[in-house]
Amino acid sequence: MALTAIVVDPQRLHPSERVEFSCNAPDDELLLADWLNAVIYEMATRHFLFCRYRVALVNHSLTAQAWGEPVDLNRHHPVVEPKGATYTALVVRQETDGSWLAQCVVDV
Amino acid sequence: MDISDFEQLTPFEWRIPATGAMRVPVVIFADEALLRAMDDKVREQAANVATLPGIMDACYAMPDAHWGYGFPIGGVAAFDPEEGGVVSAGGVGFDISCGVRCLHTGVQTEAVKAIQERLANRLYHRIPAGVGSTGELRLLPQAMEAMLAGGARWAVGLGYGEVADLERIEEGGQMQGAEPARVSLHAKQRQQDEMGTLGSGNHYLEVQRVAEIYDEGIARVFGLTQDEVVVSIHCGSRGLGHQIGTEFLREMAVSAATHQIVLPDRELACAPIESEVGRHYLGAMRAAINCALANRQILTHLVREVFADVLPEARLSLLYDVSHNTCRVEKHQAGGRGRTVYVHRKGATRAFGPGHPDIPAALRDAGQPVFIGGSMGTSSYVLAGTERGMSLAYGSACHGAGRAMSRHEATRRWRGRDVVADLAAQGILIRSPSLRGVAEEAPGAYKDVGAVVDAADQAGLARKVAKLVPLICVKG
Repeated sequence: MALTAIVVDPQRLHPSERVEFSCNAPDDELLLADWLNAVIYEMATRHFLFCRYRVALVNHSLTAQAWGEPVDLNRHHPVVEPKGATYTALVVRQETDGSWLAQCVVDV
Repeated sequence: MDISDFEQLTPFEWRIPATGAMRVPVVIFADEALLRAMDDKVREQAANVATLPGIMDACYAMPDAHWGYGFPIGGVAAFDPEEGGVVSAGGVGFDISCGVRCLHTGVQTEAVKAIQERLANRLYHRIPAGVGSTGELRLLPQAMEAMLAGGARWAVGLGYGEVADLERIEEGGQMQGAEPARVSLHAKQRQQDEMGTLGSGNHYLEVQRVAEIYDEGIARVFGLTQDEVVVSIHCGSRGLGHQIGTEFLREMAVSAATHQIVLPDRELACAPIESEVGRHYLGAMRAAINCALANRQILTHLVREVFADVLPEARLSLLYDVSHNTCRVEKHQAGGRGRTVYVHRKGATRAFGPGHPDIPAALRDAGQPVFIGGSMGTSSYVLAGTERGMSLAYGSACHGAGRAMSRHEATRRWRGRDVVADLAAQGILIRSPSLRGVAEEAPGAYKDVGAVVDAADQAGLARKVAKLVPLICVKG
């Protein structure tokens, strides 16, 4: 959702269309970057914004469904164009309290 | 930045000796104030680059250096394949061949001021800019292959611009060695409707006034005169370059261990120049350079159409087109002798000195034109490569002001509407589809470009020729 929020307020989007994703990577950090890059690719080529995700993770493999709608320049006023997920400050780890931290710098 | 362990070589040249895993020292070109103001990441990232295999002489940082992904922006490093040298996707950057071209108009400032509002509106409506913008061209697979192989020469062949433009573009408008087959289908799909678009972020199209001439002799060779109006276009290889960078960064990161490369930072992913992945990246990167050259050529054509309609007496001829995110094969004195090296310039401009055969004949005696972009409301500069610069950092100079704060911080400090109004009061018309984008790019969000240019000039990297002040700015 953070990826959408840098472009537009996600609450202004309608989950009218669904896109399927699947990614595999050697480790969880590369998997996070791969997943975000897959979303960015769909945003760029479909001219699309996502507002709802369902993600399943098993052993460095990810399958996901995402819902959203095509960009409407007049209604959405998109601010920036995400270009790619980078490996800068890329972290996926479980914290001592049991929660998970997934962090990635996205180039815009 | 703490500079206590720097060796000061000259008032504008500072060295960090090689320690630990560093194979070569780091050399930063800046005055003391600029150096102290640089973020600590510049030092850390430049030192990391200095550990990479086959690096020659030093890792250099230009006066506008700042934190980047892996390599610092404003970084220059040369690698020798005979010494096991590497090519790094992170050392080129995501926006491959992002660059600036500058066009003469042949008209004076007063003529533009008389129609400034109309010209601004026409340019804004004609130049696709901002998020989600698409061009008029939609490239089918065969045309995509031709564009990636042909660059600006391909665009001119389709009627975008003039044959005379080509000699004023690096590589004659067509990067040799491009391999469209090494560009993924995903990268091509991201580009299929983005040709002739400006993009977003810090990319811009500016109509500018020549406000000051510093070197009359070189300005005469470049054809720049006081109060002449020029047009500058800053953009790159759009989605295609980013997709190539993303894909090869991953491939190089995963394969580094098989090449016995220890990466101090995964973003510095690289591969031996002579390896399969290294060769594939070079073929794809050169195709992306052609994409950027073709993109700027199409935009030039659109600008000419607008001027022909609004200001028919204008004659837009290309002064020069330079890229500042590249890896090129060049001959230099490196490691104590003449070598063929792979020079990475990330946020750094090639700045060859007078007489270099790669400079167009009409400009050769003056040195290669170098364009330093400011930000909305601040000046840009034209410089010229120097003989001394060839031995300082492989004929390289800075590329811009560099951000002084994050985009988030800029939007906390300024409102886009206020920035537009303030600049209009100064006679600068801003046209952008995004007011938040304008706030993020507010002039105050950037470092003082004048100090950066002065440091480059006094360090000997390039010679200051002219100052350009914006009249109209179309932002992505």
